[in-house]
Formats: sequence, structure tokens, C-alpha cells
Amino acid sequence: MSERVVVALSGGVDSSVAAAMLSGAGREVVGITLALAGDASRCCSLADAEDARRVAERLGVTFYVANYRDQFRQEVIEFFADEYLAGRTPIPCVACNQRFKFHHLMERAAALGADRVATGHYARIDRAGPGGTFRLLRGLDRGKDQSYYLFDLSQEQLGRIEFPLGELTKPEVREQARKLGLRTAEKPESQEICFVPDNDYASVVEAIRPDALPGEGEIVDEAGAVLGKHAGIHHFTVGQRRGLRLSSDRKLYVKRIEAAANRVVVADGAGLGSSGARLERVSWIAGAAPNESTRATVHVRYRHEGEPARIEPDGSGATVRFDEPVRAVAPGQAAVFYDGDAVVGGGWIAEALA
Amino acid sequence: MDAERLYLDHNATTPLHPEVVDAMARVLREVYGNPSSSHALGAAARAELEQARERVAALVGFRDDEIVFTASATEANNTALASALLAGDGPPGHLVTSTIEHPSVVEPAARLSEVGVKVTRVEVDAEGRLDPAAVAAALTADTQLVSILWANNETGVVQDVAAIGADAATRGVPFHVDATQALGKVPVDGSAVHAAMLSGSAHKFNGPKGVGFLAVRDGIELTPWVRGGPQERRRRGGTENVAGAVGLGVAADLAVCGLEERAKRYEGLRDRLWAGIQATVPDVRSNTPLDAALPNTLSVEFRGTAGDVLVEALDLEGVCVSSGAACASGSIEPSHVLSALGRTPEEARATVRFSVGLGVDEAQIDRVLEILPRLVARVRRVSS
Repeated sequence: MSERVVVALSGGVDSSVAAAMLSGAGREVVGITLALAGDASRCCSLADAEDARRVAERLGVTFYVANYRDQFRQEVIEFFADEYLAGRTPIPCVACNQRFKFHHLMERAAALGADRVATGHYARIDRAGPGGTFRLLRGLDRGKDQSYYLFDLSQEQLGRIEFPLGELTKPEVREQARKLGLRTAEKPESQEICFVPDNDYASVVEAIRPDALPGEGEIVDEAGAVLGKHAGIHHFTVGQRRGLRLSSDRKLYVKRIEAAANRVVVADGAGLGSSGARLERVSWIAGAAPNESTRATVHVRYRHEGEPARIEPDGSGATVRFDEPVRAVAPGQAAVFYDGDAVVGGGWIAEALA
Repeated sequence: MDAERLYLDHNATTPLHPEVVDAMARVLREVYGNPSSSHALGAAARAELEQARERVAALVGFRDDEIVFTASATEANNTALASALLAGDGPPGHLVTSTIEHPSVVEPAARLSEVGVKVTRVEVDAEGRLDPAAVAAALTADTQLVSILWANNETGVVQDVAAIGADAATRGVPFHVDATQALGKVPVDGSAVHAAMLSGSAHKFNGPKGVGFLAVRDGIELTPWVRGGPQERRRRGGTENVAGAVGLGVAADLAVCGLEERAKRYEGLRDRLWAGIQATVPDVRSNTPLDAALPNTLSVEFRGTAGDVLVEALDLEGVCVSSGAACASGSIEPSHVLSALGRTPEEARATVRFSVGLGVDEAQIDRVLEILPRLVARVRRVSS
């Protein structure tokens, strides 16, 4: 019998084509849609699950829906809300990948007799790294590359993951989907966080933690002068300019959110740069931190172009020192280290350094 | 691949008996008239329909003119409850039912209570059995209907509907019994249980999907649920599903014939399965009271597993079973039936239902027993 592989089917074009490629290669594909967020959200909705089911039917592969709504609420959505309330800017997609696609689903796959889990991520795994290790590489389509969201995968996980789309471009994936007559071929991209309708983060925070909401507070400049009021720090992210409603002739941005003081600190563009960042919960793709400081290109958010930096490992954390100041370094986001196309590791931004 | 499939999910639905298929195919090809038409083709369709009605009546101990064809037992249950509790002009009345009903009674009952009907849900014991005295004690002067599931779809537990019906009759309260899972597996006689109304569905006993019936005792006024025409003596509008009714009728005939012997065979298979599971899989418990249940049903808790994952693992090995009742995709709320038995959400989630029927033999049971211990161990290893 051919090797069984579980494919996480989201109901979008990417995972559809990933499943088609594996099935076409003679693998026994078991497509599973993870029911994560409530039905109201865009991804994980009933309609997407139905698209996934229809794709599986078209491909003639087995299909199941796996319900992890309770765990998703606890492990992802509540954490997301708490991060905002702590003045940070969370990025839930990393935890969603780590916990749901490559932990819960991987366990389910093992229970179903499948050693491998495949997804429609644009990333590659090099199975011939130094010392028999696995390396995580950018997807060949640089514009779609999703390796940033995968930086905390372990060697054991990488050994059991497949990314069939890693060598393809998005247009090629759509072309494949059209050729196969998949109903998802022209389906638009989901750009938002799946459980945040209309990019309205604050409403999600308010719905999840109605009793813990911060009240009104002050908006101040770096010298401490009060420039205005805000309706709760969870409405703000570092680097944000819109929605400040300040009467100032300067272009002001959120530089820092001080949760304890319930205060939003603003600065002009020149004051927005950081020389580095303190990271926590750092992981290294090779499995262990390097013995001494190392150089890499560091991305402080998904769409960041990257900045060369020195990384000084320190226990489970690290300090990053950029060659040139980086704008809008936001606590709660991931800093991911690249050496060329390879992800070396990454960690969670605890603090931006002045 | 289909030839190797082991289908042990006969409480979800059943394969069609070949005689049912033949009868339906004949009607679909040849008898296309509308039973309401006065010409010869209409009369031919009408004759088929009425013969089917006689057969269903014989199955459930009602007169043929007391049988109303519906699209499902779900429709029959909705009709029965709405007719008994919403039809009159008086103040909202009282419904007595149980905590382990099928969703097609649970949800209409919830809707009725929203519009002011008082609903009493009598609790069951740890094996899922209702005490008839407790049902009788729930009756009040306002009670307009007692509605009880004859045999539970999830655990197979069979209620003492004869005693419940007798008590209701003594108090002059109409008794509706949903016999959907009982038909074809245990003797069903509407008279013996004093049923005013009785629901059933063809696809649970080797008939087609999309056709069911509500038997309504003469003298019980039925308010139509589906309105729109004079069909079914003005009790259910819409052109009749003639081929479906014919299939139901043939299935009803087959269900009556050889019932005792068939039930014994199912029981033998079910007991063989349970004995095998107990011998080869540690930490299991039956939710089915074997001495008071349908002969074909076995609900098993495999402690420490996720039942939905075990169902998928079995499916990938060609074995079709179900985790609790079949639900909409993605929904795995712990079963209300198992909760009513006092099971925790984890215990309810660890449950798999096996149900045997037409075409299942000992060799198939033995093959399942060969596969099952390994799969349970694998699912447990991952969940622990």
C-alpha cells in the first residue's frame, strides 16, 4: 500500500493543490479540515469546509472534519486577546501552525496510521542538512513565502512534514487547480487573521475578555506631554498612525504601548527606529542555540524586508542588534532569523531596544 | 474497495433489500401516474400507494387508513408534536418526554417550550431506562401528549412502552411513540402499547431514504404539518412519493417476516462482537444494557480514546461505524444521550457505536475484532 499522508485542507486553493499533487503522485491522501474558529469567521467556516469536502470528492480522496474549536479558543484566540491587553501585537498564525497543524493534526495523523502531514504552505524542507538535520527554507515564490510563520518547528516536526507547494509559484498553483477542475481555483486569498472579521482586532478582544478591558487612557509623546486620549490600549499596535486623532502638525506613530500605565506613547517617524530587540522563547531550527553570537538577516514581521543583525543567544532568549535601526519593532511579533533562504530560528519580541 | 467494506452502522441507515430495489425500480419505470388523477395511470399509482399503506399498517398494528406517509420520521415527529400541542385554541399545554429522545423530538420540544408549552423531560437511569411510574407521575391535568422513543438510536436501550402507553391511556393522554429504530428489530404493535401516534422511517429497515410515516389512531385529529393539497386524507399535502412508499411497503413486509429469527441472529453477532472486544481490548465498557436493548446495537466506551478519531481509523481500514449519533460535519458536542446516562464529556467522546444488520455475518465480526485492538492501542498511544 502507498504511504498514507494527512493533508490539512482549508478549503482554499493552496491546500487543494497540495492534496492533488500528493494524490497524483500515488500517495494515499487523507484530507482533514480543522474546524477551529466559529462559523462566523472567514476561514474555517462551514462554507470552506464544504469547499474542502468537494475538492476531496473531486480528487477521490478520503475526507474528514476534525473539531478543535475548544482548544483553538483556549490556545489561540484567548492568548491573542491577552496579548493585546498586555500591550503587545500578537501573531496567532504561528501558534496555529505549531499547535494545530503540526501538533494536534500530527497526532491525529499518527492515530490514523499516517506518519506524515502535508500543508499548502509556501516553504521548503531540505532533508539533507548538515549532520543529517532538516533545514527549513523559503518557498521559491518569494512573494508568497510563508516560512516566517513556521520558524518554531522542531526537527522532529520537520521530519514528518511535507510542503508540496514549496517549489511552485502562486500562478502555477492556480494553473494546476484550473487544470484539475478544482472549484477552489479562483478562490481569493485570505489576507486577514481567520477569526478576526474585517480586521477589527479590538472587537475580538472585547468579545473574548469583556471583563478585562482597559479603560480610557492618555496618549503621550516621548517627553511625557499628554497629546490626547485613547479608548483602550487594545486599539493600538506599534507603528500605527491612523486612529490616533491627535491635533498635531507632526506625523505621529505609536512607538510603544505601556500596559501597566494604560498609556500609548507616540513619536514621529524619526523616533520610531529600534537598534535591537530582546527576544523570549527563542527556538533554533537545528535544535540548539549556537554557542556564541551569530549573524543573520532578521525579519520582525511577516512583510518586513529584513535587516542584517547580530544575535546573542542567552538561555531561552536572545538579544538582536540590528546593523541599522529598524522601524516599528512590536512586542508580541516574531523575529525570524534567515541565512539566505534558510530559516535559522526565531523568537518572540519581548521588548524593542532604543 | 467497496467489496471489502464492513458496514456496522445499520442504525444510521441500512442497505436496501434487493426486493425493495426491484419493486421501486418497477414503479419508477412503469407507474408514473399521479395518485390524485382520475385516469387509469392515476388509478394504477393509487393502487400501489394503497397496497403499500396496508403493508405498513400490518407492520405497526394500525389500520391502513390510519397511516400517513411522510418524507421522514423527523417529519412525522414534528407533525405529531405540533399537532398535539399547537392545534387547539386553548392556553399552551404540557408535553411529557424523556432526556434521551432523538433530535427530531428534542428540537421541536425545545421550540414548543419557547412558545409557552410546558415540557417535562423525565430522566433515565444509568442504563438509559425510563421508569414508567416516573413517566406516569409527570402527567398532569394539562398534559396533551406523552412522546417517548421506543428504542434509542445511540445505545439501543428499549423502553417499557407498553407500560408507559397503558398509564397514559388510563389518564386519557395520547401517547406518541417514535418506533424508528425498533422497526425490523423488535416486534412493534401500536395497539399493544396503546399508541395514539407512531413514527417510523423506511431507511432504517432496508427501505429507501426519503420516506417515512406517522400512524395516527382513528379519532385523533391530526393538524397537517405540510399543507397544500388533499393528499393523505388532507393530513399531508404534496404529491405522494409513490415509489418510495412502495419501497417502504415491501421493506415493511420483509421486516415482519422472520423477525424473531433475524433478531436472534443479530443478537448473536452483537454478543460475539462484545465478547471479542472484552477479550482483546482493555478498559472498555458497554453503554448498551444487553438484556434490555435492541439486538443489533452495541455502544462501547473505549476509555482514553477520541471516538471520532477511532471512527476515522476504522474507516481507513474499511470498517464503517459511528461515534454516537451521526451529526453535521464538525459537530462533536458530547451526546446528550450519554450525558443523560451520567457519562462525562470525555467518556461520551470515547464512545463508538456498532450496529449490525442485513448482510453482516460472523466472519465480518471476526475481521473487525482482528483490526480493532491494534487501532484502539494506536489511538490511545497518541492521545495519552
